[in-house]
Amino acid sequence: MSQQAVNGVPCRGKVLTVDNMNPNVKRVEYAVRGPIVQRAVQIEKELREGVKKPFTEVIKANIGDAHAMGQKPITFLRQVLALCSYPELLEDNKFPEDAKKRAQRILGACGGHSIGAYSASQGIECVRQDVARYIEKRDGGIPSNPDNIYLSTGASDAIVTMLKLLVCGEGRDRTGVMISIPQYPLYSAALADLGAVQISYYLDEEKCWSLDVAELRRALNAARQHCNPRVLCIINPGNPTGQVQSRQCIEDVIRFAKEEHLFLMADEVYQDNVYAEGCKFHSFKKVLFEMGPEYSSTVEMASFHSTSKCYMGECGFRGGYMEVINMDPEVKTQLTKLVSVRLCPPVPGQALLDLVVNPPQPDEPSYITFMKERTAVLSALAEKARLTEQTFNAVPGITCNPVQGAMYTFPRITLPEKAIDKAKEEGKVPDMYYCMRLLEEEGICLVPGSGFGQREGTFHFRMTILPPTEKLKVVLQKIRDFHVRFTQEFS
Amino acid sequence: MSVLQEISQNVRSIKQLEYAVLARRANQIQKELSQGVRKPYKELIDVCWGDPHSMDVKPLTFVRQVLAACVYPELMSSHKLPLDVRQRAQWLLGRCDGGSVGSYLAPTGIPEIVQRMSESIRSRDGGVPCNPDNIFISPGSQWSLTNIIQVLVNNEAPLRTGILTPVPCHVTTIMSIKSLGAAVIPYFLSEEHGWALQVEELQRALESAKGGCNPVALYVINPGNPAGYVQSRKSIQEVIQFASEKRLFLLADEVYQDCVYGKNSEFVSYKRVLAEMGPPFSDTVELASFHSVSKGFMGECGLRGGYVELVNLDPNVVKYIFNLICKDSTTPVLAHFAMDLMMNPPRPGDPSYPLYNQQTQDIKNMLVQNVKTAHEVVNSLPGFSCQPVEGGAFVFPRVFLPPRAIQKAKEEGMQPDTFYCMRLLEEMGVLVSPGCEYGQKEGTYHIRFCIMASQDIIDQVLKRLTTFHTKFMKDFS
Repeated sequence: MSQQAVNGVPCRGKVLTVDNMNPNVKRVEYAVRGPIVQRAVQIEKELREGVKKPFTEVIKANIGDAHAMGQKPITFLRQVLALCSYPELLEDNKFPEDAKKRAQRILGACGGHSIGAYSASQGIECVRQDVARYIEKRDGGIPSNPDNIYLSTGASDAIVTMLKLLVCGEGRDRTGVMISIPQYPLYSAALADLGAVQISYYLDEEKCWSLDVAELRRALNAARQHCNPRVLCIINPGNPTGQVQSRQCIEDVIRFAKEEHLFLMADEVYQDNVYAEGCKFHSFKKVLFEMGPEYSSTVEMASFHSTSKCYMGECGFRGGYMEVINMDPEVKTQLTKLVSVRLCPPVPGQALLDLVVNPPQPDEPSYITFMKERTAVLSALAEKARLTEQTFNAVPGITCNPVQGAMYTFPRITLPEKAIDKAKEEGKVPDMYYCMRLLEEEGICLVPGSGFGQREGTFHFRMTILPPTEKLKVVLQKIRDFHVRFTQEFS
Repeated sequence: MSVLQEISQNVRSIKQLEYAVLARRANQIQKELSQGVRKPYKELIDVCWGDPHSMDVKPLTFVRQVLAACVYPELMSSHKLPLDVRQRAQWLLGRCDGGSVGSYLAPTGIPEIVQRMSESIRSRDGGVPCNPDNIFISPGSQWSLTNIIQVLVNNEAPLRTGILTPVPCHVTTIMSIKSLGAAVIPYFLSEEHGWALQVEELQRALESAKGGCNPVALYVINPGNPAGYVQSRKSIQEVIQFASEKRLFLLADEVYQDCVYGKNSEFVSYKRVLAEMGPPFSDTVELASFHSVSKGFMGECGLRGGYVELVNLDPNVVKYIFNLICKDSTTPVLAHFAMDLMMNPPRPGDPSYPLYNQQTQDIKNMLVQNVKTAHEVVNSLPGFSCQPVEGGAFVFPRVFLPPRAIQKAKEEGMQPDTFYCMRLLEEMGVLVSPGCEYGQKEGTYHIRFCIMASQDIIDQVLKRLTTFHTKFMKDFS
């Protein structure tokens, strides 16, 4: 690594170079914030500097950030958090009693009654207890042990922690992790970072992005040749695809995991975001336990949730948790050790999570407003999901599966041959070229399907359904008009 | 058979904390106390952690008022909050997407806030330029440190990556290094010389690593933890020269930069010294310096906010660091705001200034007093010796354990200083951590406890420690 001296004078190359740095880090890409977003930010800057463009603002429909798109925070949540931040406000009679009670309880569990004190690495105990109770209630009474709950800095942190724990081995024994294609790029980035082997299994676009066990089996068997598959990741409701898996499907996946001796990672952060008729969120844990002791006492699993999505949209607080099920006690000790390296998750996020699992009850003063606000958010999303699907399906060259849940649409776009050639000329992947053109011409920022993975020869983009309904209508219309123009240009 | 029988070796290699066994016993004692079991004390005092708020140090009013207004903007219409609080909250919220603290932060933070941070760093360093593009925010300095170490560690290289780390060193850093599969190359600070960092020792440590691992970086913590030294300019220059000569990447953990008490001590940043050394050092030595909102006067450990500033790195490497941070992007908005409040506090003339100034002065005076008292009391006890505590959050005295105590510890299967701590916990209800947790010269024993606490708590701790220690030394003489 060190440079040779030349005439006794040492060369002054860098100590840390692209050649000697961690090779895994070089493989990390994160499409959601990748080059297209960087260009979007640049364009915003140009707009601010007065550069004339065919649009006056960039609409960032690339990231699942509800508040950034104008969704309002839930009053009750913010009231309690304000009280926790500045407890002198407990004297202020503008705050309702139930908010004050919650704040006092949370502060009582904090060191020195301050959200600025470190908490235990696994998270504040009474919050974990509340989370366990919430899970029990959600899952029809199936017990949840607070000791199996690990609070985290958003669900992403918990997901990465589990992967850090699981990824090991060298060469042919290197851990293989099954992830769906299309997938949320955090997974592929984390796997690259850890040097794990990515095992891709395709969701079935023809069948509304459902999961097929035969496809899981195909992917697994192929992978056994070159790695040691140990983990199966599934996102339900799905991102970017928005499908809500049927109960049957979830059972099939659990059965498959048991047969093939895989650790299940169930990313369920969109569990409250279910819109389509006939669709229902089934928690993996609930289904697991309802399959009887043969499964419920053997299948090892972690399920993840967060405060960033659902009706709260509080991405900036970094609240989340995972529940581990049937984890070997020795492994749990290692996990507990691993989370302590991060010291603790942000306490305001833990407080927020406590409120999410402990919302106002019917007999409490804040209940009516809370439910009104919550319903408004979820029903607006349902309406936007329907509107999006309808609009896109009416455009020749765009087909869109129903947005059954989550916050995104992932339509398939047909690109003319000439457009594909032009993209290649410019050294871009075809759907990136498409999205870049859309950005430059209409100021709409989407993420190309290539960032999430898709079947060879198909192209998609992911758009969030988060902009307010009126703005969303405009966005949909602009994309429709752009697509028609684009198709014509390259016909 | 569990799927997870086999887990990452890196995780396995993280040592279980000594604190774990003490904490378990402390929890039991806590339960017993709440059940009314009689003990020689009414409550436990835990002074293990650098966690000021949990030890009765109050949050700064200005900080909490601004954060509350940001969380619940309705508060801004009330005149109960001072004007500068409302203005700051408005400014901060105006920089958030959708005007809400619930939106994601850009991975590199809000440009205007980072700009202000860079100006504050420049001012701290007497005008040495600071480029905001080289500042990367995170949920805490340890998080940043882990990211940078991750970039340095090359698991495909023939030799394992090694990082020089001080003995004693605080635990989280060691855990981070090990969890990434790198090797710790210990260099001993010289206790007799006030825990000075000696270049000859760095040299020895580097030599010892030959053939075993590939040393790529040198980690320093200034002001120190657990030992409370503050490096002199000269010492920092020597370290920089050494790093330059031996082609080591410098990792400078400076989270205690606002905690300096020694009359003749002054915090000077590694970046400033590097700049003042001029070329070739100033434009070649690669440095990452770390800071956080957890320490200093704010003590907002629970918010999880920190940053790293990179100096002289290859721009191509920085691009990859940016990518890594994007994937990892997870700094809470409130923590980022806290960085602004820490580095741009109220100024004379601002409505909040008098109270802010009063509160920070009080905390400073409390710390200076705590350090003085702790140092005096500990040094007055036979069997204890404590180097001057010039800065940081802890006192790290050496305890000369009698051979009989060491023997008893061995019999009970404990490290001798853990045994001492366990006894202190049982008999006096005070929880401190043993020196073996941090590393120490073979045959020496220490304890560490935090002095970022109210004077009452420190007085109590010292009182109980004195009683205990006197008896302990007598019992085992």
